[in-house]
Amino acid sequence: MSTSNADNYFVDFRDVWLAYNDELLAQNHFAVEGINLQVKKGEFIAIVGPSGCGKSTFMKLTTGLKMPSMGKILIDGQPVTGPLKISGMAFQAPSLLPWRTTVDNVLLPLEIVEPYRSTFKQKHKEYEERARKLLQKVGLGGYEDKFPWQLSGGMQQRASICRALIHEPKMLLLDEPFGALDAFTREELWCILRDLWTEQQFNVILVTHDLRESVFLADTVYVMSKSPGRFVVRREIDLPRPRELELTYTKEFTDLVLELRSHIGAIRSTTSAATAIPQ
Amino acid sequence: MNSKNRKLVETWAPWVLLFAIILLWQIICSAFEVSEFIFPSPWRIWTQFVEYHTIIAGHAWRTFWVTMVGFGIAIVVGVLLGFVIGSSRLAYAAVYPLMTAFNALPKAAFVPILVVWFGIGIGPAILTAFLISFFPIMVNIATGLATLEPELEDVLRVLGAKRWDVLMKVGLPRSMPYFYGSLKVAITLAFVGTTVSEMTAANEGIGYLLISAGSAMQMGLAFAGLVVVGAMAMIMYELFSFIEKRTTRWAHRGSQGE
Repeated sequence: MSTSNADNYFVDFRDVWLAYNDELLAQNHFAVEGINLQVKKGEFIAIVGPSGCGKSTFMKLTTGLKMPSMGKILIDGQPVTGPLKISGMAFQAPSLLPWRTTVDNVLLPLEIVEPYRSTFKQKHKEYEERARKLLQKVGLGGYEDKFPWQLSGGMQQRASICRALIHEPKMLLLDEPFGALDAFTREELWCILRDLWTEQQFNVILVTHDLRESVFLADTVYVMSKSPGRFVVRREIDLPRPRELELTYTKEFTDLVLELRSHIGAIRSTTSAATAIPQ
Repeated sequence: MNSKNRKLVETWAPWVLLFAIILLWQIICSAFEVSEFIFPSPWRIWTQFVEYHTIIAGHAWRTFWVTMVGFGIAIVVGVLLGFVIGSSRLAYAAVYPLMTAFNALPKAAFVPILVVWFGIGIGPAILTAFLISFFPIMVNIATGLATLEPELEDVLRVLGAKRWDVLMKVGLPRSMPYFYGSLKVAITLAFVGTTVSEMTAANEGIGYLLISAGSAMQMGLAFAGLVVVGAMAMIMYELFSFIEKRTTRWAHRGSQGE
């Protein structure tokens, strides 16, 4: 029964536990525990929770940068054994390389990942064209040959997302990508991400602590509790698509945000009641 | 317009200061009639310089190329060692403390040993220049390589990047400003090394000139030699400073907006 289901899910976590090292494992001190997660192909999920709840750990597990201490992770039907090249990552800090132009920054993954790596020299023109198209799509047309330090924070973040998408990954992982941006730029980038996802239909795992962001973008929102990190609530967002920014001011939207907020509030009060547990 | 004027003033400030110091020096020497054998006046140094310019030029050329050879070896060794130390935690832990201890030794103390091994001549001078100048290069390369954002490393590792890829694509370019910065420091140190070594272990070079002029009570000539070493070190410093600004413009972006 469960084996036949595996084919249907793109991301499949089965009772996954992770302790960062053997010492912590011996003490039964886990960074994340008992994670069960099934994500359909092309689904956009968001993970929200207080800081330090293991969201980033979750990302490392999904991309194969960390192996679980217990449990099993299947991505695209295959058990994860090492870094997953079908994933692209972007973080809160754009971390672009200051000595490369924007377009060269976006091309960086193609210099590393196969099959692009071996053909990078011959097909350089074609790849560069692709990078420029992608940059234009996110509104960076005219800035392709500028250096990152000549761009604003929001522009750098767009370039960072382009870098994560240039090798056409099946899965995009975003770790608080808009956390450092001002409110208006953030909303602008929500729409860009929404459009990219609508067009290319890759899977997105968005880690955030902005509840509005999660509700606006995701199909399903998971609420994570703090140390140990585990999913406490799963909420499907059945707002119709395509979603426009105006939606964020409607009652049904704010109701959803409030509902999620109440779960976070509940988590916070229970953890503060149980602070006897060492961090 | 105003900022342009300020820039002009800043450019000329060191020259004005230099001129003022020379003038003051000359005035003091003339006013108090300081003996030329104790503390020569700028004018005396200048006349001695003109009188012995062919001799000084010969010694200066020797000091220059010896320094450059030692400095060249220092770049090669410094970059290689820095690369090894910066790219491996184990190597860093193992080598760094020893290197720091080595760097704390006075390099002039090596000269007698080097003389025993290589005899009087260019051998000790080149090696002293090398020993004194490779350390800052090594440290800076290692620092540049070791300070890598963990997130960027994740981005690349997930794509299957090997340690080598990360070093070549990110670590090495990142350490370039550190590298050029260290060259500026290292070249001046290399001149110190050569001169110190030549003072006891050579029959040629500015260091040798200083000692022989000093023992012949030709203080004007000795000072002229000092000025020449200083000028050579200064010119090389400015050269590397220029190269640094040209090649790693991205690291100096702060100064562009002004």
